[in-house]
Amino acid sequence: MITFKTTILSIIWDFMTAKICMTNCPTLIVTVGLPARGKTYISKKLTRYLNWIGVPTKEFNVGEYRRECVKIYKSFEFFRADNEEGLKIRKQCALAALNDVRQYLSVEGGQVAVFDATNTTRERRVTITRFAEQNGYKVFFVESLCEDPNVIAENIVQVKLGSPDYTDRNTEEAIQDFMKRIKCYENSYQPLDENLDGDLSYIKIMDVGQRYLVNRVLDHIQSRIVYYLMNIHITPRSIYLCRHGESDLNVRGRIGGDSGLSPRGKEFAQGLGRFIQDQNIKDLKVWTSQMKRTIQTGESLGVPYEQWKALNEIDAGVCEEMMYEEIQEHFPLEFALRDQDKYRYRYPKGESYEDLVQRLEPVIMELERQENVLVICHQAVMRCLLAYFLDKSAEELPYLKCPLHTVLKLTPVAYGCKVESIYLNVEAVNTHRDRPENVDISRLAEEALFTVPAHY
Amino acid sequence: MMRNSSRIHNGQIRHGTVCMTNCPTLIVTVGLPARGKTYISKKLTRYLNWIGVPTKEFNVGEYRRECVKIYKSFEFFRADNEEGLKIRKQCALAALNDVRQYLSVEGGQVAVFDATNTTRERRVTITRFAEQNGYKVFFVESLCEDPNVIAENIVQVKLGSPDYTDRNTEEAIQDFMKRIKCYENSYQPLDENLDGDLSYIKIMDVGQRYLVNRVLDHIQSRIVYYLMNIHITPRSIYLCRHGESDLNVRGRIGGDSGLSPRGKEFAQGLGRFIQDQNIKDLKVWTSQMKRTIQTGESLGVPYEQWKALNEIDAGVCEEMMYEEIQEHFPLEFALRDQDKYRYRYPKGESYEDLVQRLEPVIMELERQENVLVICHQAVMRCLLAYFLDKSAEELPYLKCPLHTVLKLTPVAYGCKVESIYLNVEAVNTHRDRPENVDISRLAEEALFTVPAHY
Repeated sequence: MITFKTTILSIIWDFMTAKICMTNCPTLIVTVGLPARGKTYISKKLTRYLNWIGVPTKEFNVGEYRRECVKIYKSFEFFRADNEEGLKIRKQCALAALNDVRQYLSVEGGQVAVFDATNTTRERRVTITRFAEQNGYKVFFVESLCEDPNVIAENIVQVKLGSPDYTDRNTEEAIQDFMKRIKCYENSYQPLDENLDGDLSYIKIMDVGQRYLVNRVLDHIQSRIVYYLMNIHITPRSIYLCRHGESDLNVRGRIGGDSGLSPRGKEFAQGLGRFIQDQNIKDLKVWTSQMKRTIQTGESLGVPYEQWKALNEIDAGVCEEMMYEEIQEHFPLEFALRDQDKYRYRYPKGESYEDLVQRLEPVIMELERQENVLVICHQAVMRCLLAYFLDKSAEELPYLKCPLHTVLKLTPVAYGCKVESIYLNVEAVNTHRDRPENVDISRLAEEALFTVPAHY
Repeated sequence: MMRNSSRIHNGQIRHGTVCMTNCPTLIVTVGLPARGKTYISKKLTRYLNWIGVPTKEFNVGEYRRECVKIYKSFEFFRADNEEGLKIRKQCALAALNDVRQYLSVEGGQVAVFDATNTTRERRVTITRFAEQNGYKVFFVESLCEDPNVIAENIVQVKLGSPDYTDRNTEEAIQDFMKRIKCYENSYQPLDENLDGDLSYIKIMDVGQRYLVNRVLDHIQSRIVYYLMNIHITPRSIYLCRHGESDLNVRGRIGGDSGLSPRGKEFAQGLGRFIQDQNIKDLKVWTSQMKRTIQTGESLGVPYEQWKALNEIDAGVCEEMMYEEIQEHFPLEFALRDQDKYRYRYPKGESYEDLVQRLEPVIMELERQENVLVICHQAVMRCLLAYFLDKSAEELPYLKCPLHTVLKLTPVAYGCKVESIYLNVEAVNTHRDRPENVDISRLAEEALFTVPAHY
């Protein structure tokens, strides 16, 4: 159908205003799908993953823009296809969101933006594609298709009933209204089509991941996104994270090394075994690192476990097996540099937290595939894994509190993760060193060592 | 991702590969002739073996050539040729029998059953066979209607086939096109509805589009990821080590030293070589160690640093000469010679660890086109083993001398290798496996194969 939009003039205009897309150009991910198909769940999860692996990503939820604009949600009537006022506001909100996308990608240095909206008509998608071309962004569509009424019902219960739109509604009313809202979109829904949209880059996710259609993956980041989306699932499960039991080196205030458990550490391992039994977890997988202290802890459980070298503690290089006091004495400059940027700082001949994240990415990918898992690891490793699940920044990550003898039970719920902390009542030294106030290389030894936890 | 499973028993660490799945996997190709099934089968087999999953391919066409010594013409494949049909079915069953032998008796983890498997009936036979033996089945279908791709395929791998040694090009092409026609009428592609319960990936138009259905476990997920990253665009991969380093000259392993004068000369030569080759859109990768970075800097073009390309960590043996390792750690030195692939330096790494570390590099190399990788001896051995399908036993002894560039160009089902020595002298850093690897051996026996150094 030829409209003004497809005349020669507009084509030439697009060509002249399009920016050249370099290989490093930003990526605009665009969700597509009826309401309650998991678009926001996917958007938030993908954003969290990309940020964790070091790709600056931000999501832009058009529904939130709409709630900003139309302070009080009345009913599904707002979404009727013949509601001119509603259509106008919704289009404005989409454009406002795109404007913020441009700000993020072209001005603030963002690498990926996730444009989270229904985008169910070809016309809307053409608008977005044009916007991306003009700004030199690559576009990748993520469409979610699902007709299973159980899945949709569960979705509504988990994330719609608690939405700001329905705070004043009772459950029955809210569900009724939302179902009518979905209906408003159904008639005009044009799913991505193999032929009509054959030139676009996209993944169609069907029936919550039972089937995928992948079209024209253009580059590395799109390939990684596809791989990630194909590995996540929504089956309820819990992930248990804990450290090895207290080790001999822990007790002496020394970092790294490969020592065995202290007597209290062994007690913890026993307690962990009892805890696991009491929890009565279905098909629990147990993972440890390849260092003695996690293996000994795992052995105590009396169940099969798998060893991952990737779960080994951060390599402290020349500082291995040192006390903080010794590091300050022998490497005061390094000690200060580490405090200045603990995430990126790499021990000489060792690793940084940033390196750890890269090392742990396959672990995260496999955790996404699995269901109930207990991961027995180490302080820095646990901080990295926790940061992924709780969406902590690179600045917060190295200071997350992961004390010995404490199990964190993570259960995905709605768009995030519920955390339960279970201390198994066996005393242990504290190994958490906060960032000191003075991180300057000219600081005194006392200032550097002020936050070192007590040890024997 | 394949992990080491090291169970500590009485202080002896035994290494074994942890089974990612509880049962073996049977990968089954589907597609008309000349759709890249054998290319995919061989490549996938090579990749899985490299990452440590014992895999073997079973090409039914080869069984047919064994049985019907001389190929006459496409008539053999006619749908109404009863004799032909009988023989082809027998060959498929013989291949399946060998699959069973490999997976259930010999300890194989994955078998790739490479044949057209274009009818639902044949696929049902295979699925039944798998169920009876407790194998998971994953189908890989390749669909393509682009005549150019098919023609190129025929030129690359069919003309040279044993079937056509006595035919001229024109005849061979004619016959092969008629062979394809024999299959077309009975071809039943995997169907979203009729085959909705099967696990499969449909590859359409050489990777432009994929349909993935019911991925069941980790290994299938990895297979899908790999298949979605490979391509057939012609390109070359250049592998070389950093220029000779100061520690190389002194016969010391590991460390993070800079280039020797000769190493710097090599780096300059490498820059000239790259320019002369006039490579389209060449990407250059180095490790994050000084000697590769200095080499990369010399090229005067942008390059990317990968920590994953760093040399193997020799742990307590870092910066030692072999003579010193023998003096201070004679037991470790012998254990390493006994199993160089799996041996892990105390506080260091093994070649097996290196392969795991390098897997994302290989994945990205598959995605890319022309790339120059400036790395290190052990790293280069691992990458080379992947491209040339070398076993874990051969890998740690592959010859990767300094100042020599290996140009790898995919061709047919394998890789052409050109070795270019850039004519700048360097020490030899290759230590062959000595004859005596027993822990009771004498120092001279251990040091017999150590290369000369200053």
